[in-house]
Amino acid sequence: MAIPKVMGIETEYGISGPGISEFNPVLASSLLINTFAGALRRIRWDYEQESPLRDARGFEPVQEREPTEEDLGLANVILPNGARYYVDHAHPEYSTPEAATPRDLVVHDKAGERILERSLELARELLPPGERIAVYKNNTDGKGNSYGCHENYLVDRATPFSRIVRDLTTFFVTRQIFTGAGKVGVESTRVEGANVPYQLSQRTDFFEAEVGLETTLKRPIINTRDEPHADPDRYRRLHVIIGDANMCEVATYLKVGTTGLVLKMIEDDALPDLSLDGAVRALHEVSWDPTVRATVRLADGRTATAVELQWEYLDHAKRWAKEQEDTPDNAAVLERWERVLEGLEEEPLSLHRELDWVAKHRLVTAYRERDGLAWDDPKLALIDLQYHDVRRDRGLYHRLAASGKVERLAPEEEVERAMRQPPDDTRAFFRGGCIRRYPDAIVAASWDSVIFDVGREALQRVPMREPLRGTRDHVSDLFERAADAATLVDLLQG
Amino acid sequence: MPEQKRVQKKGGGAGEDADAGQTTAAEKGEKLKEEMDEILDEIDEVLEENAEEFIKSYVQKGGQ
Repeated sequence: MAIPKVMGIETEYGISGPGISEFNPVLASSLLINTFAGALRRIRWDYEQESPLRDARGFEPVQEREPTEEDLGLANVILPNGARYYVDHAHPEYSTPEAATPRDLVVHDKAGERILERSLELARELLPPGERIAVYKNNTDGKGNSYGCHENYLVDRATPFSRIVRDLTTFFVTRQIFTGAGKVGVESTRVEGANVPYQLSQRTDFFEAEVGLETTLKRPIINTRDEPHADPDRYRRLHVIIGDANMCEVATYLKVGTTGLVLKMIEDDALPDLSLDGAVRALHEVSWDPTVRATVRLADGRTATAVELQWEYLDHAKRWAKEQEDTPDNAAVLERWERVLEGLEEEPLSLHRELDWVAKHRLVTAYRERDGLAWDDPKLALIDLQYHDVRRDRGLYHRLAASGKVERLAPEEEVERAMRQPPDDTRAFFRGGCIRRYPDAIVAASWDSVIFDVGREALQRVPMREPLRGTRDHVSDLFERAADAATLVDLLQG
Repeated sequence: MPEQKRVQKKGGGAGEDADAGQTTAAEKGEKLKEEMDEILDEIDEVLEENAEEFIKSYVQKGGQ
């Protein structure tokens, strides 16, 4: 039986200091985070359960841990909405709280953008006149340096990892047709001199392997990091590193909604073998073709387009869903998935209100035609970059959104609430509630723990090994009865 | 070309319907062009100055 898909998105944002000589991205990222977090920055991240080098295939860690962010004293905070906001690899990174539905995750991913935007406004007041920091929710600097937007899905530990690899690889190769954020040009070293003026994905050029543990070099389509942040006997956390950071809410919704459904089908062994003959090559060929007509070859000798393979996944998902308890979330994802595939089949460029790669393609194409620009004109690269600017008055995606030219899925008030409030129905509700109610009594916290100092001899560590426990239903009474952290700890232990 | 295909589809009827379809398609095309012009004007207003320099100086340390 498939288990519920608790999900989250971690986004490394691009950061620069236009006009600042000797810009230091690490310090600038810390400044943004600390300014936003205020007094909350005192609470440490609890690293006890973390093991980013453990491998899902069962290998032992192969190298010593690098110094952690904690060792280096970099900003790393937990927010009252249950999110983690920290410096990673010289980028500000925002990890959403765990969400139980695709729509909630869309809202919290967007709330992350707003938190970066708000951080910029607060930090501006501290910078000398004439200096500013710019932040982009994208995945490449256009010069061969990439930074990630990772998805995380709770998966049943009993599911054989080999089946995940088999069934998910083809899905990832083909889902780019709706998850791609669009890119002017090509950065892959595989195709020197290739003629790729525009492609679907920001990230694809950086993927060179089918399966592996790495995330910063020789990146694999399926990442094997095995660090569940939950009961390791029951769960995996599938760490997906291949996605683009999306601005369009429909694209984010489909990205996590369809991937969640496919993972449930994998848990139920409900998919046929759609293995590709050369997944890495196919991945690139799909991204490099904005007509969405390129064919890939399957291991059984068939050829098919990415749209056709997505139809196969959708057909299986519909059949699978019929046998499940009817959930409105499944139905809504299936319905949107079908509509977008129909659009991609009939007229891909009609999806400029839904998909980033199409919205950006439309801007770049119109600009090119009006001003007679060549594809390598820096103005087009600038449009590509500024599409992802998080400022609502300057970011090009946000200008489209402001005048209703892209489709929003959630009202802005809901996004604003998500900047402060965790989702109701995951353990993020407990984590965020503790941070908001008892900030002075918390020494550290993490995905699966909160550590209290309530003035007793020992610190009190509250483990949260079940991602679906600690919800509003479970703990709102508890919170109401516990006026202070000491009472909370006593009630939990009682 | 996908764009052509869609226009043909819309104007593919016979007699009066075809005429009506073509008028609508033309009006729609005009409206789309106006909308696009508006968008491009707005981009002109907000786009960072000196594109070449701006893009050259946007260099990131690689991440995950």
